[in-house]
Order: sequence, then C-alpha cells, then structure tokens
Amino acid sequence: MAKKFDLNEMEVWDGNYASSQALRQAQVDVVAAYPITPSTPIVEGYGAYKANGYIDGEYVMVESEHAAMSGCVGAAAAGGRVATATSSQGFALMAEVLYQASGMRLPIVLCVVNRSLASPLNVRCDHSDMYLGRDSGWINIDAFNAQEAYDLPLCAFRIGENLGVRLPVMVHQDGFTTSHKAQNVSPLQDEVAYKFVGKYVPVDDMLDFSRPVTHGAQTEEDWHYEHKAKQHKALMDSAKVIDEVFAEFKELTGREYKRVETYMMEDAEVAMVVLGSSVETAILSAQQLREEEGIKVGIIAPRVFRPFPYDLIRDSIDMSPNLKAVVCMDKSAPGGAMGALFNEVSAAAYSTNNRPIMTNYIYGLGGRDFTINEIKRIMREQKAHADAGHITTEIQQFSGVRGPKLGFFTTRRD
Amino acid sequence: MSKGLQGTDKRGILELGAEEKIGWDAVPQGVVLHSFDGETSNSALLKPEDREYSEFSSYIASVASWRVIKPVYNRDICIDCQNCWVWCPDTSIISRDKQMLGIDYDHCKGCGVCVEVCPTNPKSLLMFGETTDNDESLANWPEKKKKAKK
Repeated sequence: MAKKFDLNEMEVWDGNYASSQALRQAQVDVVAAYPITPSTPIVEGYGAYKANGYIDGEYVMVESEHAAMSGCVGAAAAGGRVATATSSQGFALMAEVLYQASGMRLPIVLCVVNRSLASPLNVRCDHSDMYLGRDSGWINIDAFNAQEAYDLPLCAFRIGENLGVRLPVMVHQDGFTTSHKAQNVSPLQDEVAYKFVGKYVPVDDMLDFSRPVTHGAQTEEDWHYEHKAKQHKALMDSAKVIDEVFAEFKELTGREYKRVETYMMEDAEVAMVVLGSSVETAILSAQQLREEEGIKVGIIAPRVFRPFPYDLIRDSIDMSPNLKAVVCMDKSAPGGAMGALFNEVSAAAYSTNNRPIMTNYIYGLGGRDFTINEIKRIMREQKAHADAGHITTEIQQFSGVRGPKLGFFTTRRD
Repeated sequence: MSKGLQGTDKRGILELGAEEKIGWDAVPQGVVLHSFDGETSNSALLKPEDREYSEFSSYIASVASWRVIKPVYNRDICIDCQNCWVWCPDTSIISRDKQMLGIDYDHCKGCGVCVEVCPTNPKSLLMFGETTDNDESLANWPEKKKKAKK
C-alpha cells in the first residue's frame, strides 16, 4: 500500500512538480516515460515517489517517446489507469501513437510541457507541439499557471475516463514560464484528491479473460469512416462532461474552470484571444490599459483547445454589445497559413451578432518574451481598427521579431 | 470432413461485418472486436466447434482465396505423429484425440510447412493446385521411394 504524502495547505511548487503530484495522487497503474526538457521533472518526480514507496503502480522506463506512448497504449488496453509526460521533439515522436490512443478510445493522461519544435533546436516555450497534436483526437486542456498544472490533470482523469467519453486527454502548460516557475499551489490531501478522481473502471480490458478482445483491429474503407465519425462525436460530446467535472471540482476546491475563460469581456470594445502563461500577462496589461488609457480591453482564453469551444467562443464574443475588434495570438510558427487560433476563432466569430474585425499575431516563438508594453501596443492597434471600422494594418503580423516589419494580407472592407 | 468441425454455420461464408453494415452510431467504441458472444470462462478447454465465436472473430472469416496451392491429406499413409499440427502457423490442421482428421481449408493459406515436416515415405501431405480435385490428387499419389544404396 502506497504511503501517504504529507502536504501543507499551501505549497510552493513549480508546474512540473504540481503535475507529478497530481499523477501520484491519481494512483496511476502504469507510467511509461522517456525524459525530455522541460517536462522531465514530471516523470523524474514520479520516479522518486515510486522509489520512496508513495506509488503502488508500475513505472516503465523505455527507449523513446514513441515507446513511451506505445507502452501507455498497451497498458491502457490491458485495463489500467495510465499517464505520462513529454515536450516538443518527444511529442513529435509520439505523434503516430497519439492517433492510436484516441482511435482505440484509451483514456490516457499526457502532461505536455509546451516547447518549440526544431529546427533551430530550442528548449524554450512556444505552442508548436500543442498545435502538432491538435487533430490527433485528444481532449486538450491548457493550464496557465502551476495551480492549474496541479488541478487540471486531476480533472483530466475524470473527464477522459468517463464512460461516455473514453478519450485520452492532454494537459498543456508552458515550458519554463509555468513548468519551472515556483508559485503558491494549494493541493488537496491524498485521500480527497483520489476520491475526486475515483477508482479506475476498465472497459474492454484485455486482462478480462472471461471476455477475450482484440484491440486496434484493421478496418478498410468499409468501416474506418464510421469509427472516426463515432470518435469525433464522442470528442464533441465530451464538452458537457468537461463542464460537469469542472463544476464538481469547483464544489470541492472553490476553484472555477470554464472551457473558455473570459476576463472583463462584459463591456469590452477590443479583445485578445490568447493561450498559456501569456493569459495572465494579458489580463494585467488589460487592467492597466483600462486604468491608464480608458481602452476597454477584454481577454478570451480558451481553457479547452479540443474539443474546440465553438459555443463558448461565440458567447464570449457576443458578451459585450460594443465589441469591435479581436486579435488572436498564435504562439506557433504558422507554416504558410494564418495562425490556427485565428482561423478557428474567426470561424466561430463569423456567426456571432458582433462579427468583430479579426486580426492575427504570431508571437513568442522559441520563448521570445511577450511583454506588457507589447500587449498594450497591440491592443492600441485594435482600438485603431475599431475606431476606423476596418483593419488598419496587415491581417497577420509578427510580434517581437527583429528586422523589417513582417505582415501578410490587407482588408478588402472599406 | 464432417460439418461440425467447420464451427458455426456462418463460417467460411461471412466476411468480417459484411452481413449487416451498421452506421457510426452502432459500431463498437474503439477499434474493439470481441472474440466470443457473451462471457466465456472455459474457452481454452473447448474445441473450436463448441465455442461461441462472435461474428467479428476471424475464425468466422474465410481466407481460402489467399491460396494458390493447397495441401492434400492422405489418411492411408499418415502415422498421426502430429508434426503438421505442431508446425502449422495458422492452426489449420484439424486433429482430435491425437488423430489427424484433415485440413481446415477456410484458414489454410497454402504455405506448405505441413508437407515439409511430414516424416512418412511417401509423404501423407502433398501440395496440389488449388483447382485440382482432391480425389484426383489422391489417385495420383506417388509410390514409396527406395533409399539410395550407399
């Protein structure tokens, strides 16, 4: 029997440590892991708990991230609660198996500590790994700080393992800015956390010898489409379960999560849509702009990136009758397109009443700092769009990059 | 070969799931195929023909069309040594109580391993063309070979 870990009401943890504590408290049956910066301390910490008797489950050290996720798929199909962590190149190596996990409907929890993708090689944060996995059929939840990097994995087990969902869940946090920054974290006691997560209920587990089962069968054109349609439906329908789990978590802890977080949107005339640790910087900047310059800035932060919260994005855009301009911040090299967040939020905004002016910024690639002053500059620009009634700059621009100004496409609306 | 050894009546006719093409709402959650209908606690102790294979078990499907040549079994020569049963990679040698009964032509893929490992002289299993009638093959069985003198 695993030992109880003594926890204070308030701990000083970084995001990685917070996530590894959440995995420990969930009493995971199998963690198959391979280290990579900046997510290493999650599985390193977990390994230490195992070595020191705080974990009953198995810890499997493998030779690559492909093997790590393969081990997770095997263990989940066998009938266990399973989790691991990765970043960047490791995430990219997992990519093939990510699709296996979701198609096989295995509720694995993956802590992704966001880091840019090479080349050039870089260990700092951007969201290229998150974006790489966005069509992989996983539920994607984003933690903006260390407390959330503790809370959301606990919710992730509940959501993914729900009998109507049975899908794998990624919990993202920003590399270094969240994963390595010590912050106040208020944890649950072990028994309270485990009670919330609940006992694992296996479905079609291979270790049930009374019901032999084949997992991961091949289908061709006659069946593949039906399976993918069913999988998509389950992912879309998981929104309701996410809402329910978040509501239960609020009841337990007082900490409230929504699929889309909004800040000061009720009377906003301009808004920024942003993910990750930049959200808190953006909120601070918005507060200052309101006080100092009277610009009514609001912030929209998708907490859940998949299933994409089309409904709540539209609600947040229509929250203020005066909303005129929205800028979407993409922290990933767009690879020859507008940013993904811009594309998806714009698609949702198209069927709102407000139909605000939509623009796109690429920012913070490879960990480039995103400052309060830069956010203020961008929001003043949105105010200029709003006042002019059309986009006064290029539609896609690059924030914080050295060299001549970089931007693409201009408006066709006069 | 007796009909009972062909398992269920559906065997050899049904392609996987082809009988009724259900929609996305009715396919199983995940890419999961159950081998048997309902629970089974003793399937390892049952002979294949007595098991409740599900429609989605590959035991129900025929792969006979993969074969271009087939093994033919000659009961008159066989010594029931079980070599072919042990070596067959597709469990397509049908043997009961250590007595060889014949070939499972629904699952045999014509690899010829059984012929290779047959120790009798002449062999009790030989490969013939897929379209050749088995009675014709048995009528043309080769004679016992004499050992070459040293």
